[in-house]
Amino acid sequence: MKAVEVHDLYFSYRNGRVLNGISLTVEAGEVLGIIGPNSAGKTTLLRLLSRVLIGEAGTISLYGRDLNALTKREVARTVAVVPQEFQVAFPFTVEQVVAMGRYPHARGIGLETAEDRRATEHAMDETVTAHLAAKYLDQLSSGEKQRVVIARALAQQPQLLLLDEPTTHLDLSHQVEILGLLKRLQAERGLTIILVSHDLNAAAAVSDRLVLLKEGTVLTAGLPEEVMQPEIIEKAYGCAVWIDTDPETGKIRILPRL
Amino acid sequence: MTPTRLLTVMGILTAGLVGSIVLALSVGTVQVGLGEIVGIFFGKLLPNPVSWTETHETIVLSLRLPRTLLAGIVGSALALAGAGFQAISRNPLADPYVLGVSSGAAFGVVLGVLTGLGAGAGILFLPLFGFVGALVAAVVVYGIASIDGRLPVHTLLLAGVVVSLFFSSAIMLASALMQAEELQGVVFYLMGNLRVVSYPTIGIVVGCLLIGTALIYAQVLPLNLLSAGEEAAAQLGVEPERVKRIIFVACSLVTGAAVSASGSIAFVGLMVPHAVRLCLGPDNRVVIPASLLAGAIFLILADIVARTVVAPTEIPVGAITAFLGAPFFAYLLRSRYRSVSP
Repeated sequence: MKAVEVHDLYFSYRNGRVLNGISLTVEAGEVLGIIGPNSAGKTTLLRLLSRVLIGEAGTISLYGRDLNALTKREVARTVAVVPQEFQVAFPFTVEQVVAMGRYPHARGIGLETAEDRRATEHAMDETVTAHLAAKYLDQLSSGEKQRVVIARALAQQPQLLLLDEPTTHLDLSHQVEILGLLKRLQAERGLTIILVSHDLNAAAAVSDRLVLLKEGTVLTAGLPEEVMQPEIIEKAYGCAVWIDTDPETGKIRILPRL
Repeated sequence: MTPTRLLTVMGILTAGLVGSIVLALSVGTVQVGLGEIVGIFFGKLLPNPVSWTETHETIVLSLRLPRTLLAGIVGSALALAGAGFQAISRNPLADPYVLGVSSGAAFGVVLGVLTGLGAGAGILFLPLFGFVGALVAAVVVYGIASIDGRLPVHTLLLAGVVVSLFFSSAIMLASALMQAEELQGVVFYLMGNLRVVSYPTIGIVVGCLLIGTALIYAQVLPLNLLSAGEEAAAQLGVEPERVKRIIFVACSLVTGAAVSASGSIAFVGLMVPHAVRLCLGPDNRVVIPASLLAGAIFLILADIVARTVVAPTEIPVGAITAFLGAPFFAYLLRSRYRSVSP
């Protein structure tokens, strides 16, 4: 089963074209890493996949259905997004923020149902945020906050989880924790995960496959060891890199040559 | 949010509202006792040992009751509009007065009076003039203030000042065409002033308030989600543009109706929702209905102060709310600016 099929997708903002005929497929249950230099169109692709933006040309199908034929709310029952920045203007508690993820399933004025409470609690258990329930977002560390935002996405009960730079603002141990959480969600929930990352080591370690974007097109797609070749990375980023494999874990390691 | 908690909060506020109405009916140059008030309302239904004079009955039913009802309804309307504007702008400093929406409504109303369309039987259409004026002001403020779909706090406040000044000077220009006694009326009106109005006028304002409340309450969940930003809300299935349009129309409607009945009373929409959020949290499912009740209580109490503090002279209730609201606004600006600026 294909979770996502993107075919020949084009998109422009007012100041220019960002996606230039992108095609890719995502298998259900896999982790796909999207990498590429700045302004390659990574975040824009995520916004199109969550139907916040609509493409100019090309098609996106989500579990076999045309994305444009679905309402925003229908999409939100299948696709959840963990954005790069997340701020709440008023002092909502962690629990209230997580419960917001129930909106795509809500009816009427949305008084909480037993199902809502169960999904919210489950999401907080999985992300180890239950003990933070009564706190406010600005009282949390970056790692805790990121787990809360992931919990909010899980409360949506999605099949596909999109993450934009989920580890950028985190220190090493929190990066490991978040990446471990993603692998666990893939294994336990059978979630399909697409993550955009500037951290090539993290992307290579956590992804089943990688897609390398440059200037709105797919430069290469394939297994991490196929994409993480010095000549390919050098072509994409325009700088020399050093790549090898960790003999113990078999994970790819990449460093820029300074 | 559990239904029990919502009902408890509403119960307490409703009791507070009834209490403040009774107080408003009782207090004034002539004191009317609690027993008399109960008698005046229910004496025909129940055997009542307390007797009351016809003068007191007239004071309560023909003077204090319509004025108190108007105070309550205008307070509700302004607090509702404040809560709505704050939710879509993600900014606790927004309110119809600060945003210049009240000025727009006042200009619409003055224009209605000046053209004669709002005179005589047309007085019932004044809320419509207020609505159009408020909507124009709200749309202009939004247009000036938004940068790439965001409403930074400084551009929003500046746009509010600009629009407010523009409509104030438009009113001054319009009032240059007026007779002296008309002019005095307009000046008194602009300061925000409750007076005795006819029951049909109250009915129209209530109608606008009910429509506005229904429109806004149908969007409470999207309003909660919008506090995390428009994109985050859209990713959960909200249509931010549609929600904003509905809220603009609804808030302008209730502001227009309130201003047409009582002028632009300052800062009620700023203080009431803020106090409600402080006590009950930011969930709009509670904030919206609680603001309606708390706004009514607040303005009824402010009006009691306005007509008793230097009795028998009355001061405009807008002076009382501004006297409290301006320092409150300054405090919010100082203490909250960091957390509200994007």
